[in-house]
Amino acid sequence: MDIKAKVTEIIVEELGVEASEVTLEASFIEDLGADSLDTVELIMKFEEEFNIDIADDEAENLTTVGKAIEYLEKQLN
Amino acid sequence: MKRLKDKVAIITGAARGIGFSIAEMLSEHGATSVIIDIDQEAVSTAVQKIDDKGNKAIGFAADVTNSDEIASIFKEIHKELGKIDILINNAGITKDGLLMKMKEADWDAVINVNLKGTFICTQKVCRYMLKSRSGAIINIASVVGLMGNAGQANYAASKGGIIALTKSSAKEFASRNIRVNAIAPGFIQTEMTDKLPQEIIDSYSSAIPLSRMGTVKDVANLCIFLASEEAGYITGQTIQVDGGLIM
Repeated sequence: MDIKAKVTEIIVEELGVEASEVTLEASFIEDLGADSLDTVELIMKFEEEFNIDIADDEAENLTTVGKAIEYLEKQLN
Repeated sequence: MKRLKDKVAIITGAARGIGFSIAEMLSEHGATSVIIDIDQEAVSTAVQKIDDKGNKAIGFAADVTNSDEIASIFKEIHKELGKIDILINNAGITKDGLLMKMKEADWDAVINVNLKGTFICTQKVCRYMLKSRSGAIINIASVVGLMGNAGQANYAASKGGIIALTKSSAKEFASRNIRVNAIAPGFIQTEMTDKLPQEIIDSYSSAIPLSRMGTVKDVANLCIFLASEEAGYITGQTIQVDGGLIM
């Protein structure tokens, strides 16, 4: 599975941003306009799509697209 | 008129008293009532009573202070019924006593069930309501949470806490079209008050401008309204059903 592509797709859908904006460095809140509830919903969507549980203290660290992809790749491989 | 046709409503502490009356009335208005109560046998009886009237109800025995248990039950409800539209946080207990004699265990038990239970159920249900971008949560507080009551420091604190929790969660979830309101019942006639001597009831009633005790239906009626689309512009409010006891 191409995790990066799937994550980008989810972010585009959930946050209503363009795929070109979803760079590895992009911060969900500062660059992609997410509010704090959006970030909670994103994590829930990752959990659902990838069928994993993301602990709250892990979730707190997933502040950028790159960090989310890195975490998910580690969990899934 | 069925104002809640095809809605799914979870009601905690719904095996008897005010909670059961709310569950019964929600089902009469077309909702599927999901009865949650700690007492398994009472849950079955309550579900049966609603079923006998040709309305929809299912039940689960659970402790609202157990977040894992609540999370897994809500997950099952969502899986079975496809959605959760309404949550009524009604489960509550009393352990009365003067503050100077109150045991810490009695303080903790009341705060845990009434306040923490409301927090847990709200947190777990919002997972589904956030996704559907709609929901109505109604927390059952008490006039005691507004005015205090000698001998009920723990209960009053828990109910005052529920009112503040209602306002905070209303603010957090408003952007996702989830409304959160509280009902503050006054002196309501239930199985619990039926045991009181008539002179006590009379003396309480004389302090109430509408000079009678409230009924469980008085509370349930407001629940139906707050849960329905008609209350679509109301959130973060605490509405008293108390015959004018405090104004």
